[in-house]
Amino acid sequence: MYRITQKKILNPTVIQMNIEAPLVAKKAKPGQFIILRVEEDSERIPLTVAGTDKENGTVKIIFQVVGATTKKLSFKEEGEHICDFVGPLGTATELDGLKKVCIIGGGVGCAIAMPVAEALHNMGAEVTSIIGFRSKDLLILEDEFRSFSDTLHIMTDDGSYARQGNVTVPLKEMLEKGGKFDMIITIGPLIMMKFVTETARPFGVPVTVSMNPVMIDGTGMCGGCRLTLNVEGKKVTKFACVDGPDFNGYEVDFDEAMSRSRMYADFERHAYEDTCNLYKKEVN
Amino acid sequence: MAKANMSLLRNPMPAQEPLVRARNFDEVALGYSEETAIDEAMRCLGCKNMPCVDGCPVKIHIPDFIAEIKKGDFEAAYQIISKSSSLPAVCGRVCPQEKQCESKCIRGIKGESVGIGRLERFVADWHNTFCLEDPVKPQSNGHKVAVVGSGPSGLTCAGDLAKKGYEVTVFEALHVAGGVLVYGIPEFRLPKAIVAKEVDTLKKLGVKIETNVVVGKTLTVDEIFDMDYEAVFIGSGAGLPNFMGIPGESLKGVYSANEFLTRSNLMKSYRENPTTPIMKGGKVAVVGGGNVAMDAARTALRLGAEKVYIIYRRSMQELPARHEEVEHAIEEGIEFSLLCAPTEIIGYTNPNDPRDPKNGFVKAMKRIKMELGELDARGRRRPVEIEGSEYEIEVDTVIMSIGTSPNPLIKSTTDGLEVNARGGIIVNEDGLTSRGGVYAGGDAVTGAATVISAMGAGKTAASAIDEYLSK
Repeated sequence: MYRITQKKILNPTVIQMNIEAPLVAKKAKPGQFIILRVEEDSERIPLTVAGTDKENGTVKIIFQVVGATTKKLSFKEEGEHICDFVGPLGTATELDGLKKVCIIGGGVGCAIAMPVAEALHNMGAEVTSIIGFRSKDLLILEDEFRSFSDTLHIMTDDGSYARQGNVTVPLKEMLEKGGKFDMIITIGPLIMMKFVTETARPFGVPVTVSMNPVMIDGTGMCGGCRLTLNVEGKKVTKFACVDGPDFNGYEVDFDEAMSRSRMYADFERHAYEDTCNLYKKEVN
Repeated sequence: MAKANMSLLRNPMPAQEPLVRARNFDEVALGYSEETAIDEAMRCLGCKNMPCVDGCPVKIHIPDFIAEIKKGDFEAAYQIISKSSSLPAVCGRVCPQEKQCESKCIRGIKGESVGIGRLERFVADWHNTFCLEDPVKPQSNGHKVAVVGSGPSGLTCAGDLAKKGYEVTVFEALHVAGGVLVYGIPEFRLPKAIVAKEVDTLKKLGVKIETNVVVGKTLTVDEIFDMDYEAVFIGSGAGLPNFMGIPGESLKGVYSANEFLTRSNLMKSYRENPTTPIMKGGKVAVVGGGNVAMDAARTALRLGAEKVYIIYRRSMQELPARHEEVEHAIEEGIEFSLLCAPTEIIGYTNPNDPRDPKNGFVKAMKRIKMELGELDARGRRRPVEIEGSEYEIEVDTVIMSIGTSPNPLIKSTTDGLEVNARGGIIVNEDGLTSRGGVYAGGDAVTGAATVISAMGAGKTAASAIDEYLSK
């Protein structure tokens, strides 16, 4: 069992938790993920590590309540335990030698982008961050990004805070003005990462994307997380859990990944509604 | 003693009716009664030269345990088996006996061999039902050994070492111990309660099991040595599933057998209101002819498929699965499409609606007929495509069961650990790797093989580790 040492509500649907897992805390690097089970018989879900406290042996996770399992997790309180917590899985984001980097996070993806920005900042790299949200209510981690970025652009879809528009808008402006980056690192919804990649393509800037497909074991055994890369005209199958989660954005078949991510859409909607009803009943 | 039973036929295994069991996850084979077991034991001639023992990868003293069954002393029979095997209830169920002990049985020359596997299972089940005494934890010899992976090789190695007084810790990547016995082999062939019982026995012998530890990630082999372990056994299993590389393998509804079975077995998707989803019903095509393919096909059927095909490129004769599983699959109504291979998986696309939720799901499979040609390097006739024989069948789910490639996780994080061209860890006859104090066995060494051969490797390594640490 793994104890929740801290819980913080970041916005109406996004929650931050620190979980006691000393072995994972000791090892985890930005870009890696963990898999957890909330209770006996719960689903295994992957979540990217949002930070570690090596002294206290805790791992920070930030998640959005999107389905039955994250809903269940959101009801857990400080001092309570979750059943399983395993990691760190996947490979860490390659940061060696980067001097000038653009970090682009979308929604809850910003939680994963933040430790990458932090690591780059601590390495002495020049960090430009673009973070995007649907609206002001959903904004998270503004202070953190401000302290780790040399330049910060905040975007909201509806214009309820900062600038209105997609994260690609300031990226395009910077690139058109001759802005140079060693690397663009983007983490967020698949559709956003696809458009970031397309925006960068004419300028030839390398793009790293962080993929988060359906997964079970997280050690390469099931192959459920496979995605197709186009490497020099050849199709190659890779497993996000062991080969990733980071990939070269220009090689990823985003359309296929988006289609695969909807494989259980129906099941998930029903499971989510059932869980909500269950908790409603308990409250009444 | 009563006269030998000279019946040419062995006692049949009582089983659930095919059409009933095809819709439930309860165990198919029900096991011998005491009377049947004694009657079957009487068929054993107790050959002096014991050819059957030669056929057993862990060298169980077969005629001796059968002699105890003849006398009705089932516990004595169990004690004889457990000297050589730490998982008798498992082996009695999943060993390919017809290729091992039973293939050497003298009675098999004229008639059927003695049902050795069935007798082993009977004895183990009898012990588990009637003998409730806990095993005694032996006195510690002060040596610490780590085992990576809690599948058949790891559990065997851990059990043998614990019995000798070693302090053994097993590190398991998943949330439950048992490895392939839990995530791979379905409930209807190997009830999970049996695996849990075997694991529990090991715990009582003093074996510690640490779940949620991925060696190579959470801990490395070197860090394990830093924690005062003096030897490490790697039994991390087969690894990454293979795909064919044909178009359409990433469509929704295409699974590796590992994923399909893990969802059903480990994550319990077969139960009502599961938390982990799985595609159920419709027409299912399983590609491959091994035990894993049979397990996947029969699981799909039990999940409610209207039609399940096994698609295998050779003929029935070359089918590598255990006989009993193939027989059971046929009885249950699984259709064997032999001498054919898939060339493409076709997905649904609504030309008028790119947002149609059915888009991107499997709709059909294109297959080509094969014929058997020249012998290959392993002496099997090589399947050759018959040009122009492609045709389509309608399917909703495709399960690829065409083997695995070794997982690079441990190799890539352990200096000095050598692997062969296929990625399997290289070991000598004692199971010792290229690193001192590091032993390995099971699928991590051989690539996908059987439970019993993994157990044999775990056993060999345990005795080598004992020798190494006793010096």
